[in-house]
Amino acid sequence: MFPGELHSPFNPVVAMLKPPQTLVTLDNIGVWRTNRWLVHGVSLSLDPGEIVTLIGPNGSGKTTTAKIALGVLKPDEGSVSRRPGLKVAYVPQKVTIDWTLPLSVGRFLHLTGRVSKGEAMEAMEATGITHLARAEVRTLSGGEFQRVLLARAIARKPEFLVLDEPVQGVDFTGEIALYDLIKRIRDTLQCGILLISHDLHVVMAATDRVLCLNGHVCCAGTPSAVASSEEYKALFGARAAPTLAVYEHHHDHTHLPDGRVQQSDGTVSTFDPSDDTQVHHPSKQLQPHNGGDRDA
Amino acid sequence: MLDDFFTRALVAGVGVALVAGPLGCFIVWRRLAYFGDTLSHAALLGVALALLFEVNITLAVFAVSACVALALLLLQRRAALSADALLGLLAHSALAVGLVVLAFMAWVRIDLMGFLFGDILAVSKSDIAVIWGGGVVVLATLAAVWRPLFAATVNLELAQAEGMKPEQANIVFMLLMAAVIAISMKIVGVLLITALLIIPAATARSFASGPEQMAVLAALIGAASVLGGLFGSLEWDTPAGPSIVVAALVLFVLSQFSLPWSLMRKGPRKGGDGISETPPTGPGA
Repeated sequence: MFPGELHSPFNPVVAMLKPPQTLVTLDNIGVWRTNRWLVHGVSLSLDPGEIVTLIGPNGSGKTTTAKIALGVLKPDEGSVSRRPGLKVAYVPQKVTIDWTLPLSVGRFLHLTGRVSKGEAMEAMEATGITHLARAEVRTLSGGEFQRVLLARAIARKPEFLVLDEPVQGVDFTGEIALYDLIKRIRDTLQCGILLISHDLHVVMAATDRVLCLNGHVCCAGTPSAVASSEEYKALFGARAAPTLAVYEHHHDHTHLPDGRVQQSDGTVSTFDPSDDTQVHHPSKQLQPHNGGDRDA
Repeated sequence: MLDDFFTRALVAGVGVALVAGPLGCFIVWRRLAYFGDTLSHAALLGVALALLFEVNITLAVFAVSACVALALLLLQRRAALSADALLGLLAHSALAVGLVVLAFMAWVRIDLMGFLFGDILAVSKSDIAVIWGGGVVVLATLAAVWRPLFAATVNLELAQAEGMKPEQANIVFMLLMAAVIAISMKIVGVLLITALLIIPAATARSFASGPEQMAVLAALIGAASVLGGLFGSLEWDTPAGPSIVVAALVLFVLSQFSLPWSLMRKGPRKGGDGISETPPTGPGA
């Protein structure tokens, strides 16, 4: 159906090579900050070889959720379990290198652990930055630096890779190349990837699952290939078809500007995702997301 | 050889500079110059308490500086005040309390100027043993926590996510700072310790192409400043501690003149090289 399926952990060959043992599980986690829940009632699990994409509007708790999965933040509610000894690599949304720091790309690859010359070279080749190996990190453009961050993460050969908006500041062609690369990383390393995307409707085709967040999980599902949607094929062209996929949101509620949630039957409730009324029913009528999204 | 007071001063000063350089790099990278000031101001309180309870001055200074550093870590977590306000509060209250405690001890005859500006020419053989012994311990510890500490300096959350335990490294760093202040107080005095930490590191920045290289260069530049300052003070009969800082400043100014030359050699770069007059651009901005 979509290209990623070949490599999904449910593929019997892959399953035989490496029995899937869940890498990270978030169970009903919540983070409470200054009188409001940043996220609440979010559950998520990630297996080796699986790609999960988090989408949602600004401030919807995507990065917070990722930081909890990484162990950078402790949840105020719910529980997190990570496989013991899990090798993690993280590409944060924003990394600022102070100008007082003399730091070359080559040195940056060794930031959190020793990496062999071969591994470093391989990672730089994969991301197309071999010519930048001796460049100072500070002097790179946004797109170049993004690839350096990714190269550093790959060189670690992680089992669990978190990418926070890796395609930001990258043009459309670059975005497709980067998504192809992320898929290759998954295929070669068989790592679990948690990907945060700024785009609410177009996601990576190789994504196994999409979680739409807005403080809580608004909806979850699998993307459908761009190729099957004439409209998107016309928009992105045939080249993008194997890489990008369309994600259709099936929301049974709307977020009001004051943070309350309006159900499809018209009832309004204060935001409490543990509430039974917010169990999602994909069969229900499609509702536009608050915050000016286009209709999926 | 160590019988000559001037030789002792040289050996002690170089020892302090070799330790201060690498730690100073972290002060510069993390923008902690004011933090260094706070710890060194607190050192005077350590001196006062040492005289009051008749304990070893170096140990007391280390203990008080370490307490101030840890207090700062705790206060920052509660974050009722901004970091620089907290630093100012701790720095000057510790200094003031130290001076008041000293004033109360009328029976103690103390050379306050010696503590404020250093008394390197009065360094004894046991002082040298403390400086070099302590220095080796500080540098060895710094080498041991280098990777997590540096990773946390670049990006705290990245270091945390990838299992570097940066909080532990940060606490170790605070203790190392306290140790360096304790052993270098006698050389340049509490008011000028920060200069010995940051000026050689800032000078090294112009020449270094990697963090480790910058740390080594800062140590060497610091040692050169000590030599230059001490010989200068002998020649022109100027106070030794301040002369060392002036020598460090001269080296820094010279390093800035070398900039156009290095720019010509390597071609124009984006962003700033060393101290630039335009704000740096690119991902580092």
